[in-house]
Amino acid sequence: MSSFTPFTSIAAARRMLRTKELSPVELLEAIEARIASVDPKIGAYIERDLETAKKEAAAADLSKPLGGIPIGIKDAISVVGQPLQSASRILDGYTAPYDATAVSRLRAAGAIPFGRMNMDEFAMGSSTENSAFHPTRNPWALDRIPGGSSGGSAAAVASGTALATLGSDTGGSIRQPAALCGCVGLKPTYGRVSRYGLIAFASSLDQIGPLTSTVEDSGLLLNAMAGKDPHDSTSLELPDEDFTAEIGRDLKGLRIGIPKEYFVDGMEPGVRSAVDAAVKQLVSLGAEPVEISLPHTEYAVAVYYIIATAEASANLARFDGVRYGRRSPEARDLASLYAKTRAEGFGREVKRRIILGTYVLSSGYYDAYYLRAQKVRTLIRRDFDQAFTKVDAIISPTSPETAFRLGEKTDDPLKMYLADIFTIAANLAGICGLSLPCGFSNRDGVDLPVGLQLLGRPFGESRLLRIGHAYEQATEWHKRHPSLA
Amino acid sequence: MSTNAPHHTIDVPYLARLARLEITPEEVELFGGQIGRILDHVEQMNKLDITGIEPTAHAITVFDVIREDRVTESLPKETILENAPRSANGLFVVPKVLD
Repeated sequence: MSSFTPFTSIAAARRMLRTKELSPVELLEAIEARIASVDPKIGAYIERDLETAKKEAAAADLSKPLGGIPIGIKDAISVVGQPLQSASRILDGYTAPYDATAVSRLRAAGAIPFGRMNMDEFAMGSSTENSAFHPTRNPWALDRIPGGSSGGSAAAVASGTALATLGSDTGGSIRQPAALCGCVGLKPTYGRVSRYGLIAFASSLDQIGPLTSTVEDSGLLLNAMAGKDPHDSTSLELPDEDFTAEIGRDLKGLRIGIPKEYFVDGMEPGVRSAVDAAVKQLVSLGAEPVEISLPHTEYAVAVYYIIATAEASANLARFDGVRYGRRSPEARDLASLYAKTRAEGFGREVKRRIILGTYVLSSGYYDAYYLRAQKVRTLIRRDFDQAFTKVDAIISPTSPETAFRLGEKTDDPLKMYLADIFTIAANLAGICGLSLPCGFSNRDGVDLPVGLQLLGRPFGESRLLRIGHAYEQATEWHKRHPSLA
Repeated sequence: MSTNAPHHTIDVPYLARLARLEITPEEVELFGGQIGRILDHVEQMNKLDITGIEPTAHAITVFDVIREDRVTESLPKETILENAPRSANGLFVVPKVLD
């Protein structure tokens, strides 16, 4: 019997594999056993292919940086030969014919894709309630949502059923579930990781990134995934970088921006006090606090829900029942094949966003909505350009509130959207963002995790990970785990 | 908030037709109200003076990404057709388009 225990970091699991304390197959079996005992309560996984993963584990090259490490993959990211649905009925029966570049790079580093992680359909949502499969539950309170859209990816790391997972972040879909579940989530700079093989939601905002139990682990996964890919013309050619290189250095001389627009009334009191304490902690570690302003913050949600839905309405046009996935058996002609297949295949939130996106792009409304939103996007981006002339990172809560109850917001989409206020601007500006645990807030008598968000300038991931790691090592939050007995 | 009638009204059946999406009368009602309220919120963008501001389509802009015009390997046709709801003779099958 192996000595593996849940909540082991990748870095620690790697040491166990290298010293032969544990074999890759034993590691995989231990994770599978943990999933079998815990995941029926959580629902983080949609499906697993243990046999394929075992074969890959048996052949794992332990000399590689992630040799033998299983990684859960959000159901929007292609793994060759595995079903892929973006948690939508419209992709019933679809099998990915190739690996996403992020996945093939993880494989090249020795990792083993294992498990399809649950999500909101087409990554549209903040609660993972919009999955066509089942809702995922928050490991800290089973009647609460895990956040979203990468809710399965976050809940698995937080419940010890995965060492690490991949998510995708279009408006906070990695950072917000990481915050609500109490794990680490990194949204890389736009263009840092190839989007090839990621089912598109909003192409100018989407970015793949890791969810992990430690800050260092996120750096290890980014090391494997980053880089130019000829299959994604928006991926960028940059010098090779070890994103963990700055980890361990102190924070002396680093300036941390505190945006006054992000510390406003209406925030959950326990979130506010946890983040205030985190700022103090960073200052005690040597960072210098600087008050800054991001004056166009209040427009971010509006701009986002124009741009993201416009892009989604175009991207989702490809799901028409002709080339892949589901086809309505009711179709009489080509027009009804499209309309009925899409009616049966898409869930409510997706339909709502397609209609809104179609509206803002339609004749007579384009200038008033889409073009105007793109111009305000420029102003939001400039806010950050300005801020980063004064500071090395910007600090804020990841979400103004902790996990809410299942069903609490399903009837009011605007209310759900407004809670994305702190994460959305980073996608509009293309910058990188990290969420990590910074304490607990008592909501309705339950202690729920609070996430600290650090935003960095374009290509500033190494600096963010350094700050995040220093904070993590000075606190105990990442060592606390939900009791799921 | 959600009980008030929204200031914005949109023609949901027309938009659904544009989007090739069949919707139920119940969805017309539901989406009309919800999207109207979202547009009410979006209206705050109009407070801003955007004269002379360039639009941003991609935050990290890259220009002229070109490659050599060369035929390279792609996925085999059979692999692609395996995902098709219906196919025959190496082609996607759809209902008759012309009589």
